[in-house]
Order: sequence, then C-alpha cells, then structure tokens
Amino acid sequence: MSVLVYTQNWDGKFKKSSFELVSYGSKVAGMLNTSLVCLSIGTVSDEELLKLGKYGAGKILRVDNEYCKILDNQVYSDIIAQAALKEDARVIIMSNNTEGKAVAPRLSVRLKAGMASGVSKLPLSTEPFTVYKRTYSGNAFAHLVINTDIKIITLAQNSFDLIETPNNASIENMSVSTDGSLLKTVVKNTQKQIGMLLLTDAEIVVSGGRGLKSPDNWGPLLELAGALGAATACSRPVSDEGWRSHEEHTGQTGKVIAPNLYIAIGISGATQHLAGISSSKYIVAINTDKDAPIFEVAQYGIVGDALKVLPKLVEAVKELKK
Amino acid sequence: MKILVCISNVPDTTTKVKFVESDTKLDTAGIQWVINPWDELSLTRALELKDDASSGVKSVTVAHVGPASSEPTIRKALAIGADDAFRVNAEPADSYYVAAQLAEVIRREQYDLILCGIESSDYNGSMTGGMIAEFLGIPSISGVSDIKIENGTPVIIRETDGGREVVSVPMPFVAIVQKGIAKEPRIASMRGIMTARTKAVRIYEPSPAEPLTRIMVFEKPSPRAACKFIDPENPRQLIELLQNEAKVI
Repeated sequence: MSVLVYTQNWDGKFKKSSFELVSYGSKVAGMLNTSLVCLSIGTVSDEELLKLGKYGAGKILRVDNEYCKILDNQVYSDIIAQAALKEDARVIIMSNNTEGKAVAPRLSVRLKAGMASGVSKLPLSTEPFTVYKRTYSGNAFAHLVINTDIKIITLAQNSFDLIETPNNASIENMSVSTDGSLLKTVVKNTQKQIGMLLLTDAEIVVSGGRGLKSPDNWGPLLELAGALGAATACSRPVSDEGWRSHEEHTGQTGKVIAPNLYIAIGISGATQHLAGISSSKYIVAINTDKDAPIFEVAQYGIVGDALKVLPKLVEAVKELKK
Repeated sequence: MKILVCISNVPDTTTKVKFVESDTKLDTAGIQWVINPWDELSLTRALELKDDASSGVKSVTVAHVGPASSEPTIRKALAIGADDAFRVNAEPADSYYVAAQLAEVIRREQYDLILCGIESSDYNGSMTGGMIAEFLGIPSISGVSDIKIENGTPVIIRETDGGREVVSVPMPFVAIVQKGIAKEPRIASMRGIMTARTKAVRIYEPSPAEPLTRIMVFEKPSPRAACKFIDPENPRQLIELLQNEAKVI
C-alpha cells in the first residue's frame, strides 16, 4: 500500500509547487499509515530527484524513455497507472495545474478511481475518504466523498505549505510497457516564457483594472511589481481591450490564483473577477470608489486615485528593501 | 466532418449561491441558468469553423446530460447556431457518470472533433473532457486556446505551465478548451431563436454507470475580516502593515 505523488518537472527541474505536493502527500501517507512514493516522468538528474526526500519522499520512481519527451495525455496516464498498480497506491496526488488537469481525468477512468480536483486541505477524514474542494468558482467549498479503493486528488496550487520531514530517499528506474502506439500528440512548435515569474507560481501579484484608464498608465504598476518581486495580472476588460496580454487575465474565465498577497489596483471586484482571486491569503485594494465590491474581500484598502497613490507606494517599498 | 460540443447547464456566474436541506443542495430559487461560459466559447469556435467552408466542418451538434428542466439551455445553444442536439435524460451525478453517458452516445453517433470546456463554473471539476477521451480510447488535448482545421488536419495551440505549443493530433479527438478559443460568445439572432424551435433534440435514457464520488455538504468560505482603510496621503502605512502585521512582504 502507498500514496503516490506525481511530481512534474520543468526542463528537468522541480518547483516550489512540486515540494508542496510532496509535503501534502507525506501528510496523507501519515494519515493512512503508509509510505509515500514519488513518480517523475522525463529526464531528471539524481541530485534533483533526491531533493524530494527533504519533504518526505521515500521511494522515487523515475520513468524516462523516448515516448515521454513531450506531454501526451494517453502516454502519461498510462505510465502513472502502471506506477500506481505496481506500488499498490491507494491515493494518487497530482497538481491541479495544466498538466494535472490534462492527465488525471484519463487516469481516473483507466483505474476506475474516483477523482476530486482543486482540493485545498488535507482529507477531512479517511473513512469515508472525504476531501475539501472548491466549487461554484470559489463561492463555496464541498465536502466530497470518494467511494473507490483508489482515489485521485489534484491539489490546488499554493494551498499547502512546505513541510520538511527529511527521509532517506532512494531512486528506482522503473521500466514501463508503454510504447509508441499510444503516442499521438505531435508538437510542432514550442514557446516558453523565459525568465518570467509565472502568475500561477507567484507569491505576490500586482493586478491592474480599468481604473488605470489607459495602457500608458501601467508604468508605476510594473515598477511596484518589480520592487516587490511580484508577477503582474489584470482584469478581464483590460485584456479584452488588448491593454495587457490575455496571459495576465485573472478571474472566472482566466487564471485562478492563490498568492499570499494580491494587490488589486483600479479593479472594482465583479463576481467573475473575485472567482479568480478569492483564495489569495491577503488582498489589498486601491480604488476611487469606496463602495466597490473589492473592498468587501480586501483586508487593506486605500480609497484614492491609483495614479497618485502608486508612486508613493513604490517609494515606500524601495525604502523598505534598502 | 462532425463536431460535438458538450455543454453544462450552470447558474449565471453572478449568482450569489445559497444552499438548502442542511447545506446539501443548491437553492435554485430565482437562479438564471446559462450555458457554462467555456462551453459557450467552444460552441462559438465550432460555429466559426463551420462558417469557414475550407474547414470541411459539416455539422455542429450539442450534447448534454441533465433532466428535462435543462432544455431551455439546449434550445439556447441551438438558437446560437448548433444544428441539432442530444440530451441524456439523467441527473449529472458526477463527472465520471456524465462522461460515461456521453461516451456511450458518441460511440454510436461518431464525431470527429469533440469540444469540452476546461471546467464548469459550478463544480470546477476540469474532468469530463479527459474522461470522455479515455472511455473512448482516443487522444485528448487540454488547455486548448486555438483550433484550426488546415487541409483536413487540426492545428491546435495548447497552453502549458509556462508557455504554449502548436500541436497536432489525429481525429477523432477531444479538445479541452480554455480562454482564447473565441473572443466573445456568439449571441442568438431573432431568426436563430425562431429556427431553434424546429431543430431536433434526441433524448436518450442513461446507460448503466455508477458515480464514483458524492458531495456530502457545501460550506461557504469563511468571511474575511473587515477592510482596514489607509489614508491615501500616507500609503507608507500600507507597506508597514503588509510587512509587520500580515508579514507577506
């Protein structure tokens, strides 16, 4: 019996979110009184894999063959299913990121394992196996029971803190029966955001809305983000107008994020926007309208013209960072 | 080429959700039901492809699992421009159950391209599309922000964690679409509303399948503390609070 965590890599490296998953998996294994096994697919060095041990990984499985160089949902779900059966996994944990969303549902059907996505807490109970998951776009949470022997969970990003529980990790190169017959995806071109902090990974996010009035007014916001080491986001009208790239759109139909700090500048806080940011730990709002709904979810607010307030904020942050 | 668009029937996204029966069920009183926003964008893209004669798309069908009360949402999709629809007459118990129902019909009716929204705005599952593909044993591409048909071959842009890729895959396959797939949802014209009444909606009884999960109870997020207002003349105070009280910078 085991708990299996699938740890995705980015060009052979793990991210903080990988270690969050392992920390979470380690706790779940503890609740079930069993051991934690991690699975890595692709080319990852021993040194990088062993970093997972710091967060509780015991056995680390590595699958690396010519068929897993790109993400093919069928190939990946087949490999994870083989690892789960080999390790007699009772719970399979993945991130609720793009790759997790692509692969986990296929795995659920393949193993006939009940699945819960966007889980943001440890299981509420193990018998019956009950998890806490986001519903109604953050307006409610559900206690969801998974009825099958094998359970699949995708963990919401930034929802679980790192916990160091050093373990003697060992690496096992696992061979799989997966061959080229499943591989149907052909990648013709790849673009990567290089050197940019990913919005979904960021601990601090500075976000602008229509209240900034013109794309020419983004300078001070970018300066504030730079001073705080923050990623930048925007509201839907701003991306629809083409003031900012749609990659930055945060909200119901855009990205859903949960940073430690979200600074909303000139954003009124429509329900659809709040759906994307309501899991942020702290929300700061700067808006001219004191009745704007964003102040109902913010812990700190400034009623005023963002274009006047921002330069002073930038100055204060720069002084602090000196 | 036949396109299938799977649609979910969800409360209007501005709804303040409430629960009844000891927080086990959604209070449906006064709720406006709409096509799930991502499914509406999928439908729009499917119709754009059909409008382009070079794509070879001949028909756009809408699929739904739900009781008779969700008919108005299906009719809305027909009014927007879908050619026909089918509904599996069952409560959508969980994603596994819904995907099993849809896969059964797709197996019989055969579609080349199946479009599903990345998630529904009610259960936020992000599961149905991938599950349908696995039931059918066909490829799936997730995070799709654009899809074109060039010389009978799909050319897809998929968003990844930290980039994007241009990919291709043989048909039939499931495309799980997200933001970018269409700019604005297409709106029904008066003529569309009139003709929707006469379009065929096939109704199927469910095939045997069991849900694997069950929602026991809903809870509302814990209320946040009241907002502390800071003097706009002295934003330095905000930075001090973020550093010393919230400890986030």
